[in-house]
Amino acid sequence: MKAPDFDYLLPASLDAALAMLAEHGGEAMPLAGGQSLMPMMNFRVAAPEVLIDLANLSELRGISIEGDTIRIGAMTRYAELMADADVQKHIPIFGLALPHIAHDAIRNRGTIGGSIALADPAAEMPALLRALNAIVEAEGPDGTRMINADDFFLGMFETALDGELIKALHIPVATSEQRFGFHELTQRHGDYALAGVAVVQTSNTYRAAFFGVADRATRVPDLEQALEQQDDMASVLEHLGNIDFTDDLKANHTTRQRLAGVALKRALKGMTV
Amino acid sequence: MTGPAHIFDKPNRYIGKPEPRADAARLLQGRGSYVDDQKLPRMVHAAFVRSPHAHAKILSIDTEDARAAKGVIAVYSGEDLAAHVTPYVGTLTHLAGLRSMPQHPLAMEVARWQGEPVVMVVATSRALAEDACELVYVDFDELPAAVDSETALDLEAPVIHPELGNNLAWERDMVAGDIDAAFATPGVHVVEREFRFGRHTGVTLESRGTVCDYDPSENQLTVYYSGQAPHMMQVIFSKHLDLPEENIRVISNDVGGSFGIKIHTYGDEIATAAAAKLLKRPVKFIADRFESFVTDIHARDHIVKAKMGVTEAGTIVGIDFDDLTGIGPFSMYPRTSAIECNQVLNLTGAPYVMENYRAKGRVVFQNKTLMCQYRAVGHPIAMAIADGLLEDAARKIGMDPVALREINLMADDSYPRSSATGMKLDDLSHKRALRKLTELMDYDALRDERTEARKNGIYRGIGFVSMVEVTNPSPMFYGIGGAPIASQDGATVRLDAGGALHVSSSITEQGQGTNAILAQIAAGVFGVDLNRVKVTTGDTATTPYGGGTWASRGAGIGGEAMLQAAQALKDQVLEVAGVMLQTGVETLDIQGGAVTDLNGTIRLPLADLARTVYYRGNELPNDLNPELVATRHYRVTDFPFVFTNGAMAAHVEVDIETGFVKVLHFWAVEDCGRVINPLLVDEQIRGGVVQGIGGALYEECHYSPDGQFLNATMADYMVPMASEMPDITIAHIETPTKTSVLGAKGAGEAGTGGAPAAILNAVNDALSPMGASIWQMPMTPERILTALDQAD
Amino acid sequence: MSRSIDISLRVNGEDVRATVPSRLNLVDFLREELSLTGSHVGCEHGVCGACTLTVDGDTVRGCLMLAAQADGKDVITIEGLAENGQSAQLQAAFTKHNALQCGFCTPGMLASAIGYVNAGGIADREAIRQHISGNYCRCTGYQSIVNAICDVIEEKSV
Repeated sequence: MKAPDFDYLLPASLDAALAMLAEHGGEAMPLAGGQSLMPMMNFRVAAPEVLIDLANLSELRGISIEGDTIRIGAMTRYAELMADADVQKHIPIFGLALPHIAHDAIRNRGTIGGSIALADPAAEMPALLRALNAIVEAEGPDGTRMINADDFFLGMFETALDGELIKALHIPVATSEQRFGFHELTQRHGDYALAGVAVVQTSNTYRAAFFGVADRATRVPDLEQALEQQDDMASVLEHLGNIDFTDDLKANHTTRQRLAGVALKRALKGMTV
Repeated sequence: MTGPAHIFDKPNRYIGKPEPRADAARLLQGRGSYVDDQKLPRMVHAAFVRSPHAHAKILSIDTEDARAAKGVIAVYSGEDLAAHVTPYVGTLTHLAGLRSMPQHPLAMEVARWQGEPVVMVVATSRALAEDACELVYVDFDELPAAVDSETALDLEAPVIHPELGNNLAWERDMVAGDIDAAFATPGVHVVEREFRFGRHTGVTLESRGTVCDYDPSENQLTVYYSGQAPHMMQVIFSKHLDLPEENIRVISNDVGGSFGIKIHTYGDEIATAAAAKLLKRPVKFIADRFESFVTDIHARDHIVKAKMGVTEAGTIVGIDFDDLTGIGPFSMYPRTSAIECNQVLNLTGAPYVMENYRAKGRVVFQNKTLMCQYRAVGHPIAMAIADGLLEDAARKIGMDPVALREINLMADDSYPRSSATGMKLDDLSHKRALRKLTELMDYDALRDERTEARKNGIYRGIGFVSMVEVTNPSPMFYGIGGAPIASQDGATVRLDAGGALHVSSSITEQGQGTNAILAQIAAGVFGVDLNRVKVTTGDTATTPYGGGTWASRGAGIGGEAMLQAAQALKDQVLEVAGVMLQTGVETLDIQGGAVTDLNGTIRLPLADLARTVYYRGNELPNDLNPELVATRHYRVTDFPFVFTNGAMAAHVEVDIETGFVKVLHFWAVEDCGRVINPLLVDEQIRGGVVQGIGGALYEECHYSPDGQFLNATMADYMVPMASEMPDITIAHIETPTKTSVLGAKGAGEAGTGGAPAAILNAVNDALSPMGASIWQMPMTPERILTALDQAD
Repeated sequence: MSRSIDISLRVNGEDVRATVPSRLNLVDFLREELSLTGSHVGCEHGVCGACTLTVDGDTVRGCLMLAAQADGKDVITIEGLAENGQSAQLQAAFTKHNALQCGFCTPGMLASAIGYVNAGGIADREAIRQHISGNYCRCTGYQSIVNAICDVIEEKSV
């Protein structure tokens, strides 16, 4: 199938992009790496009248250390994340997770901001950002908003963005008290996971964000608390019952719950610095 | 019939050598020529409005806005095209009782599956044609759909064709011996299982497509066709578009995979030809991936309740099964959709000595995509039934599955003979194949390793299959039933003035290496270097008449025709050489591009001979009439088809926490008769195995209860990718078929036919310590976890 | 604002200028406007890998990039790889191992393989399998493709 027709806009600045977005409202869609939007357009599932390509927005690029956080421009591609020495050093969980995201050719175009803005519940990045306690820097007509990743994902393909574009992600740099775990269960390499989890342990506290299990990247406070209390694994896994697991062709909610538990156990077993 | 030794043992022979394909270079440099690469002057593009419903009455069609849309050339409804295309019915007389109804290229009055083409839009680009499709308004009145094959025959089920009274397309019973008495015999253990085989489709990487070009000045239709059987399509276009056969030229250049998908009559392709005729200009239709999923033929989709009886000592007393399969709303034209079920009835248990056999097959209509012959038709079902039950029985009586096979496989020296179902068998090597397999894989060591691993909570399993494959079909396959499908193939070999051979054949190339093996046979048998042979296939205007490539017939039938033609040309050339050299032909040979003595001394280069014949005929005696071209045709006689056999094994590891299966290694020992090119046949078998693994572990067309195809994307219909596939070790046994000089049988379908049973058995072996087993494919993580939950 | 875009780019070393519909994706542009039919279209949703090609040195999916986005870029297709000799070793190894049948996946497979080899990928079968796992091949069993890529890396390291 061929994409429906649209107007292609290539703003040179973030302000210009935001103005275009405001002008065209619901008819416009921003284009980041295009690795999810383009397939949707090619299937005629997405049919924007106006496509605003963010490729030339220098404000959305760059990786920098700012105190105890690392700031990653929204248009940073997965391949750039994987190759960046600061990211490797300060966000070690990305090293565990990024090779699982699709394939080389997709990672060469797909961006961190695009993935976050799409909020696919099966994608790795939203869960990673929740586990990392990241902050989303969003820029809109009314200025900048800093949104906790925990408050950002509102549902399937639904985010807290309101006429805004993601400018950057702020991720706390890894500390010596931290350990990281990541595990996902896919039948084929690079596919969306049947269930997966990203775990960040800071001293004895945990942030565990599941993906591929529900309508959004999901944390279960009771479960994290049980981990902190060093409850036995069976008790920990019981808290998975708090998740409203997805039923689909590849796995029903029972299977998903089971697989989420296995993913968690395996992630915890493989925790690294 | 076996060939004179010199055909295979000559110094310049190529048969049996791992020669790389000459046409690989073209494909590796992006110079292939696939249908979508065709760009003709004035060419326009087709797109289709397809039924969004599984079953719906078409109340009205409003095309006004679409006709006015940018770039639109024409819009056709079912009625518009019905005036120009006669309907077709997918029945054959030798499949007694098979019923279907007339089909039109676009739905008329009622749409019967989601994806059925309803309206065709032709525009100056595909994108514009798709835009206009969105402006076609079809008022559908949704009807209740018969989706589930298990309820399609219920009295209250919606009847898809009221004229037929119910949804039964075909049924057949097959009985040999007395199965009830055999099972009731004291000491006989009966195992019983219900097998479920998911619906698959071929997912050729190049989707279906055609460019049809009509020239009214000569009433000539030229069809660029991504397919397997150009001559069959020539007849079909002729018959249904009212054009003389000779005015239709079907050209299949490079074909990006077919696997049985591209050998049928698809409404959208017929509509494209009709549009070309009506518009008097070239029309291109390339199915997009969604269209491929909802319209390419599907296959499998069988539910089988089966029993096998085995004595304490391990003798199989018989098999009893009931196969139910759903084929969509029509039987596919012209090959029909009853063949797969028929194959299951014919082939189940064919490797084993068995006195008693009872099988019932029922083929039902349903509101899903049409089903027809896809790679290894019926084989994966037949092999999984027999070998699945066999290994189940082996566990029950506590016997090793290899030992149980040893007892029951037909002896290698017992041929010719018949199977329990009356199939004529010859030149098979089941026992040698199994022994070679167990040596190749070091079965004993693998078993020990499995036992050790289990102690550590690692669940590995080993599974086998002993199989037959139907290849080299005779006229008994289709022609006898009235199908316009040639079972014979032709080959022409021409010596050109420069001493090179130009050969052509009616078999076709879809990547198997058809052209390569034709060149090898011609070069070796005639006596020129391989690089002096040029091959033409896939064009009804320039090749001999024949069936094309399907049912693993290319090498065995087309190859034999080529051998005969090359031998004939050699005899003709030597006759000329004998006159020119004034010597008896019995003292001459052709080697390395020259006429030689029997000891290889060059007497006359072929170029000199040919130039004399072509340019300086005055130097030849007047009564010599040199013919430097020869054509021969070949068909299989005496047998309905030529069986091959093989033995395969899978080594798998099941993660019992997740239900994930990892295939660790796969082995295949194949007896496809004479191997023409091991390099090509090995990777062909590997590809088949991987397709079989796909069916066993990943691939399934999911439908909602109301007949919506739920996973019609490549992200959701899971095909096997490189990361999860094992290395596959291949070995051969060569028992040439006596039906030809070449002795080659087919090999294209073995892997796909055998691998699912081997994987099923390996998974069940891995699950056996838990008392669990699974009988449904694909064996998804969820199904394996469910099986573990239900373990005794 | 327009539904067609002027672009200029380099394709296989040649400068190309074109006015393209905004919705035209890169692989369709190459195939239809430039007649570079070596890149194939298999799924149009980024899964099959048949349209994989090289843009500014990176392997990308030609169906998931607009022609408009290729403005100012340097695009190399299989035709370019053959022409500039970059794929010569892989071509030879693919031929030797019969690492192709129908050839439809081959251009994308070669692009992915070149990406792997050029990035210093090692002759590790699992790693190679993982790398090419975004390229669907229905004909081979993948094994010959892995063998061919392994061969090229091993030859390079000699």
